[in-house]
Amino acid sequence: MTDWQPSALQLERIAYRQRRARRSTLIAVVSSVVLLVLVAIGIGSTPGWPRVRATFFDPQRAWEALPVVAEGLWLNIRVMLICAVLIVVIGMALAILRTLRGPIFFPLRVFAAAYTDVFRGLPLLLVIFLLGFGVPALRLQGVPNAAVIWGGAALVLTYSSYVAEVFRAGIESVHPSQRAAARSLGLSYRQTLRFVVLPQAVRRVMPPLLNDFVSLQKDSGLIAVLGVIDAIRAAQLETAIDFNFTPYVVAGLLFVALTIPLTRLTDYVARRQGWYGGGGGPV
Amino acid sequence: MSLLSLRGVRKAYGDNVVLDDFGLEVSEGECVVLIGASGSGKSTLLRCINLLEVVDDGVIELAGTDITDPRADADKIRSTIGIVFQSYNLFPHLSVLDNATLAPIRVHGVPRDEARRRALEMLDRVGLRDKADARPDDLSGGQQQRAAIARALVNSPTLMLLDEITSALDPELVGEVLDLLRDLRSEGMTMLICTHEMAFAREIADQVCFLHQGRLLESGPPAQVLDNPSQPRTQEFLRRIRT
Ligand SMILES: Nc1ncnc2c1ncn2[C@@H]1O[C@H](COP(=O)(O)OP(=O)(O)O)[C@@H](O)[C@H]1O
Ligand SMILES: [Mg+2]
Repeated sequence: MTDWQPSALQLERIAYRQRRARRSTLIAVVSSVVLLVLVAIGIGSTPGWPRVRATFFDPQRAWEALPVVAEGLWLNIRVMLICAVLIVVIGMALAILRTLRGPIFFPLRVFAAAYTDVFRGLPLLLVIFLLGFGVPALRLQGVPNAAVIWGGAALVLTYSSYVAEVFRAGIESVHPSQRAAARSLGLSYRQTLRFVVLPQAVRRVMPPLLNDFVSLQKDSGLIAVLGVIDAIRAAQLETAIDFNFTPYVVAGLLFVALTIPLTRLTDYVARRQGWYGGGGGPV
Repeated sequence: MSLLSLRGVRKAYGDNVVLDDFGLEVSEGECVVLIGASGSGKSTLLRCINLLEVVDDGVIELAGTDITDPRADADKIRSTIGIVFQSYNLFPHLSVLDNATLAPIRVHGVPRDEARRRALEMLDRVGLRDKADARPDDLSGGQQQRAAIARALVNSPTLMLLDEITSALDPELVGEVLDLLRDLRSEGMTMLICTHEMAFAREIADQVCFLHQGRLLESGPPAQVLDNPSQPRTQEFLRRIRT
């Protein structure tokens, strides 16, 4: 350690940067306020605004609906968490199946490919309807009929096909020289996958993966169509009392509040990715 | 008896015949340097010996065992041969130490503590003990290449394959890596080295082999092959590389 003191030149630079930063903040604040005021004036002066405000933004109704909708949201959160775990496991298994070589694995490869093709192509809402109304209608013995289970199963089926493709892209992005290096040390195909390829693949696909989970959080609201009392269905029931739509807005705000932390985490992880090198190859 | 013996080895990628009726004998403790123009098949030869490629014909014997036999346990054979690549190929998600303990723990069944101890010793040897916890990406090229050599050596290989391991390095970093090879040589490690460093080849090699279009065109002691080549192709190659 040298006893370095910033030079006069450096101090002047620092002061200049601080002045610039303060100016930028000021401009941002002023322009935001101006924009918000203009938007408020614009919307507030439309002829329909008083009615819209009464039906969508009634603070009294919002407060009344909050506990019920929040309780519904708790169901969304639980469904989301359980589904997320299953999605990661199944998605990873499908991705690995698709990368296996050798004739024995042919049927497994075909199965995994067909699975991802079908469930990526089918609209989620359709899968929810088919499973949620179709399976209980079969009246199978010993099979649960709870709508929430079949709704969750539909989410898992659809999302695991997306996530499988994300994982597969990650696995294929690991440079072949990494596999060669691992195999040359005597690691088997499985060990190479487990200790060298997958850790790098998972790190690399973290941002798109988290993005899929942000999307899953919202889509967990779709199981409301099966009559499951989640946040959206709860809001719908509240709305039916007096045809005031404020509970929907409450549910929407809660969903946004729920996804924001995950979205921020995604951004953070994506930014940190820059620190990870490609692995192999002269720089 | 030779430690490594190649007879009639052939390898082709489609119509491109990369190794053609290739033969080579390497005895224990010998240092063989492979030279030849880019694309002459040096890397392919090393990859075939390491079973990273499957030969199309011929036999490769290691300590008397035919390793090209499809019934041979390829993982086991690879684990006894060390290879170092031009582009290091360290695992970027693992620390330097974990790079060097992965194979001992997972392949050779060495207990974790023992593997760490041996790896640290080896890192000490290559002058990287203080970098044990660093990520490969935080090291200089020369340090990465020394880490890759340590990763291979920690498994006590019977044969080391070194593929142009100084080609990606800045000139001032080449020396530290070559010093390490000199040490290995003096300890009697059997080595097969591809290099473009002719002065180094002259100094370290027992046998220099000149490859041309997948064939072993000329081989012998460095004084003979490098200073008095009998083949016009060898003469031409050496002339080109000197200017
Ligand atoms: N995986 C591969 N697929 C197809 N061709 C290859 C492959 N690897 C090497 N080759 C070809 O083999 C020839 C020899 O390559 P290589 O062994 O890398 O030569 P050298 O190491 O002597 O420069 C080149 O013509 C190269 O294009
Ligand atoms: Mg090469």
